[in-house]
Formats: sequence, structure tokens, C-alpha cells
Amino acid sequence: MRTPRKGHPGRTAALLCAAVLATGLAGCGGDGGGDGQGSSGGRTTLNLGLFGVMGYEEAGLFKEYEAQHPDIRIKSTSTADEQNYYRTLQTRLAANSGLADIQALEVGRIREVATVQSAKFTDMSTAAGVKEDGWLPWKWAQAKAPDGKVIGLGTDIGPMAICYRKDMFAKAGLPTDRQAVAGLWSSGWDAYVEAGRKFKKDYPDRKVAYMDTASGLNNAMTASAARQYYDADGKAIYKDNPLVRKAWTLSTQAARDGLTAKLRQFDTAWDQGFSNSRFATVVCPAWMTAHIADKAGPANKDKWDVAAPPAGANWGGSFLAVPATGKHVKEAQALAAWLTAPEQEAKLFEEQGLFPSSTGAISASGVSAAKLAYFNNAPIGKIFGDSAKSIPVAVLGPKDGAIKDSISNGIQLVEQQGKSPEDAWKATTKTIDKDVIG
Amino acid sequence: MAAPALTDTHDAPAPVPQAPPGRTRRSLSDWLDRTAAPYAYVTPFFAVFAAFGLYPLLYTGWISLHRVELQTPDRREWVGLGNYTEMLVDDRFWNALWNTFTIGVISTVPQLLMALGLAHLLNYKLRGSAFFRVAVLTPHATSVAAGTLVFSLMFGRDFGMINWLLDLVGVHPVDWESGHWTSQIAIGSIVTWRWTGYNALVYLAAMQSVPTDLYEASAIDGASRWQQFRKVTIPSLRPTILFTVVVSTIGATQLFGEPLLFGGTAGARGGTDGQYQTLGVLLYQQGWALFHFGRAAAIAWAMFLILILIAAVNALVSRRLRRA
Repeated sequence: MRTPRKGHPGRTAALLCAAVLATGLAGCGGDGGGDGQGSSGGRTTLNLGLFGVMGYEEAGLFKEYEAQHPDIRIKSTSTADEQNYYRTLQTRLAANSGLADIQALEVGRIREVATVQSAKFTDMSTAAGVKEDGWLPWKWAQAKAPDGKVIGLGTDIGPMAICYRKDMFAKAGLPTDRQAVAGLWSSGWDAYVEAGRKFKKDYPDRKVAYMDTASGLNNAMTASAARQYYDADGKAIYKDNPLVRKAWTLSTQAARDGLTAKLRQFDTAWDQGFSNSRFATVVCPAWMTAHIADKAGPANKDKWDVAAPPAGANWGGSFLAVPATGKHVKEAQALAAWLTAPEQEAKLFEEQGLFPSSTGAISASGVSAAKLAYFNNAPIGKIFGDSAKSIPVAVLGPKDGAIKDSISNGIQLVEQQGKSPEDAWKATTKTIDKDVIG
Repeated sequence: MAAPALTDTHDAPAPVPQAPPGRTRRSLSDWLDRTAAPYAYVTPFFAVFAAFGLYPLLYTGWISLHRVELQTPDRREWVGLGNYTEMLVDDRFWNALWNTFTIGVISTVPQLLMALGLAHLLNYKLRGSAFFRVAVLTPHATSVAAGTLVFSLMFGRDFGMINWLLDLVGVHPVDWESGHWTSQIAIGSIVTWRWTGYNALVYLAAMQSVPTDLYEASAIDGASRWQQFRKVTIPSLRPTILFTVVVSTIGATQLFGEPLLFGGTAGARGGTDGQYQTLGVLLYQQGWALFHFGRAAAIAWAMFLILILIAAVNALVSRRLRRA
């Protein structure tokens, strides 16, 4: 610099740097997983990107497959929270790098991926050993892209039941036998809430709530309808759907009557609620039983039981998809087909409580006769199997998952923030229209 | 007065290497050495800055003029300033801006006051002073995620330690996370916990450069310790205080990790009702939870402009301070 200047280039640059860091979009990488692609020492390594607890590792299926195929090695990474998993998957799809050979997809996302991004995945319907009639028809159809391509094979489904605390029901003077408990609410969800009013009145400890969350109830009620947030033409109709409103009204009413523990599902506080016995019932899909057993712990073994729900409904369940850009597409498809074959899905149910979507597995004797030791030896094969049979063939849309999250949040506005159901509904629909649909 | 920490050293005319007359055409190596080398030395910084600072900044600006979704990044729809006008009429943006400000005040003001007091105490001759100096810095060495998770357990409604302590003294449990001010206080306390020690050490370093004769002279005049602190220490620290205020303000504007993780599953919304949604969290929600990149980019630019504004105010204040 020839002349002393009045400016402060050093500081301006530093602030500019700080500001750029603030923009956040600068550093948008993932965690750099998905490496190790390729073959080493004559063995092919297949990477799996999973979320939550999908049970393959736990049930020893990877080891079994490796033993049958000495030339294959399997590596898997699992993200606990599906939202984080999907976010990472989307950034990797956008960057077209870091993808695993097999990627799991949740049912709330499957329509979005199938309608918008089917080109990035291979057609599983043509993979070796895959037959359409091997799966429940609606499960198969959910992964079908508009051009007829099937982008994922069904793993589990989430038929729901009611998990309840026998000991707490006894203290509240309610029946404890699972048949009689199911009879309490056989007439519908209103009766389930009505039983809660009695529970609240007669249970000695104010700190114990009847159900964990109002959003769980809302979610189950909505899921027991065939038409939920979208109509068959793919138009978002959640606002005008009387069933969605009815679910909203009943669950916010339950919240205002103090029947809920005012929690958010999958928060730490919710897990603590299981271990500290803070609520008596949870609407539980099959896959949640493992979570409950884990969080409630050995101290609460045999206190939990499972009863048939007021109506059959599905929550959750996943698919295995093979990205088209993978280096080992054929091997990956073979592994995905094997993992979703009847024998393996049956094993996953018996060991992990993940209810099969494969028709062959559903009718297998091991599945229909399965009992769950933690839940007082409840015949989960029969209870979830019956529930699965009455699941309506639901119309799904691309943003189902995001709409469901927003509505759950809206119910928490009533439950935790004390807003009126009308105000919360207005705020929620406004948010959905702006953020999700718009 | 010593040179204020924030004023630069560029004001002093730097010695300019000039070729002596008559020897203007020297060898190439000499030209390289005298004229080209300085540019070569500063190039790495500017190259890295251009790649990782300027380019993302401009690209973000370009994105902000489009409607872009993460699922279909190659499909861009030009919307001009649409994302900005939409942002300015969205009450969530103003809510986030206001929250950023209030959480910033809640976390910065007590933090800097405590840091000042702490530095004053550490400035006394203490047994094991090195231990204390390291100890105050340990929270800063803890990761945001680890610290926040522990705090969110402590502030838990049903099984948190703080509610348990309140219960012992007969106070009703507080639902920290769902309340507006309670959640902001909880988040502010995480920030305060992490940064107080750091600022205390900055103040301590500045205090130790205050000439001792000032204290001696004031002691002869009969000043008490408190008067010394107010009349000698604080004025000498003024540039340093300004520095920490600016750095804390920038940090507060970018506050992100603490509210996101404090909220658990509602973190990306900044709480069920957005009660602790900061600008950083709003950006994250729009970009990474809802995949609206255009909107997220517009928020990013709004934050950038706010930081420029803060920098401008700082420049004005420090200039005035220097003249005073």
C-alpha cells in the first residue's frame, strides 16, 4: 500500500468471513460416510444406509448372508433419527456422492422419492427373485413410481395396537385382561378416550397420565382412515378432510382434559417417561414394542401388555432401495431381495418385533404364533396380524411425513402451550400451506 | 493510552520499499523478490477466501433469487426478490429476529459482567492461579452438543435436576422448554456457561497490561479497591470490552447449535411455538428440514446484512472511542 488508507481491510475481511460462516449454506457436507466402496481382496463390500433400529445386524442377518456369500462383505451405518437420515440422504442424492449401495426409505417419504426422484433409483421389480405377489399389494404399490418402476422393496409395516400397563389399569379399577381391555374401546377411538377419563378419575397418583401423547392418538386415528392428507389425484385435502378434523378434535380434547403426559414422542423426556412409569397406555405399532422394552427396562417387565386397537391402522414401515449410481447394483439388489424375503422378514418379527410386509412371512406359522416375553407373553403375532388385516389401503402423498409432523406439532401447541384448538388449527394449517405444500 | 485492540495498525504509514534511483531495471529475481513476492505471500489467504468465503456468499445470493428444492437442485425457478418479500411479511422471520435479539441480550450481558468480575478476582495474587485460569476455560473446550445435551437434561420438566432443586425449596416445577422466557433463559445459561471463562481470560490479559503505577498513584490518592476498579481498570479496558461486545454480538446473531439441540425433536422448529427459534435455526428449518433452499438462502443473506450493520456500528463506535 502506497498511501495510508482510512479503511480497515483486515477487519472487513474477517467480518466478511464471519458472516459467510453465518450463512451456513457454505458448509453443507454430510458426515462423509459411504466410503469403502469397491472390492478389496476379491470381496465386494456392500454399504447399507439405515435409520432407527432396522434389526438386521441385531438378528444376525448380515453374518448369515456373508456366510452364504463368501465374496460379499456387508457394512451398515444407521442414523437414529429418521429426519436426520433423510436430510443426509437428500444432500447425497443432490450431490450424487456418498450414497450407500442400499438406502432405506420410510413410508412417509416413499411417495416423495417415487414421484420426484425415481430416476435416481433402480427398478426393483425386475431384480432377480422378486415377484410382485410376494408383498402386500398396497405396500408394493406405495413404492411404485408414475412410470411403473418400483423403487423399493417392502421391509416391515407398522400395524398398531394399544400397549398398556396392567398394574396401572388394576389400580384404576379397569380390567387388566387383554381381551377385556380391548373390549373397553372396541366401539372406536372415542371409547379409548372415555376409558381415559375413568382412569384419571380413579387413579391415585396425579403424576401418572392415561396416555403418553395426544399426537400419538391423533396419528393413529388419522392412519386408520383410507383417505388422509391427500386424495387419489395427489391433491392435498387434509384441511377439508372431516376425519382429520375429527382426529384433531378428539385428541386436543384428550389433551385439555389432562389425559396425556404432555410429551413429544422420541424425545428424551418420553423415554424417561417409560422408565419412570409416567403413563399407562401408548398407541404402539409393532416396531415400537422393541423401543418400549428397551426404554422401560427390566424393572417393568411383565407390567406391560398389548391389546387390540379400536381400529386397524398402519404407522411406519420401510423400504430398501438401490441407488442407480452404485458400483454394485446387481449385488445390492440381490441383498435387498434376500433381506426382504419371507424367511428373513419372519425372523425379524420374531426377534425384533418388526411386522413383515411379505405375504409369505405373514402366513408363516412362526409369525402368527409369535409371543412377546417382555409384554407378559402377549400373542403379538395374532394381535398385530389381525390389526394388519384391517389396515385400510391408504392413499399416500409426497409430503405425508411433513404434514404429519406439522399436525403433531399443532396438537402440542394445545397440549403444552395451552392454545385453544381453533387457534392452533389455524396456525398449523397456515404453516403447512406455507412450508410444506407451497 | 495503549493502542486499542480493535483499531488496526494500518494507520501508521508502512515503510514502502522503493528502488533507489537509477537502478530501476534490475534482474528478474530482484523484481520477483520486491514486487511479486508480497502478492504471492498474500495469495493463499485470498485464494482460500475466494473459494470458501466469497464464492459461497455470492452463490447463496444467486440461489436466494430462485425457488429451489433440495430434492431437485437442477430445477430452478427465477423468482427475483420473491423470497425476500415473502420473508419480510412472514411473522416467523420477525419472531426469529426478535428471539435472536432477546436471547442475545440474556446471554451476553450477564456473561460479560460475570467475566469482568471473574477477571478482576483472577487478577489478584492467588495461590494456584494457573489452575483457576485453566478451570474457567474448560466449559469453552466442551463441545456445544455435549454441553447442550447435559443442560437440556438439567432443565427437564419431569426429571430435571433444576426442577428437583426448586421442589426442595417448595417452588413448583417449571416447564422450561415450553415457556417463552424460561426456554430463552435456559438457552442463555448454556451460552453464558460456555463463554464466560473465555471472556474472563481476555479481560484478564488486558488487565495485566494496565501499568501498575496507575494503581499506585490512585492508592496514594486514597482510592479504594472499588474506586480503582471503576476509575482505573474499566477505562483501561474500554477497547477490550468493545472487542468482546462485538464478538459476542456476532456470536449471538449466529446462535444456532444451542437452541437446535436444546429442543430435542422440536429443535428445528425452535420449540413447538417457535419460542426460541433464532435466525440460524429458522435458516436450518427452511433449508434442511423443509428443503426450501431459496428461502434459506434469503434468510442467510438477511443475517449477512445484519452482521454488516453490526460491523458498521462497531466501526463508528470504535472511531469515536479512539477520539475520546
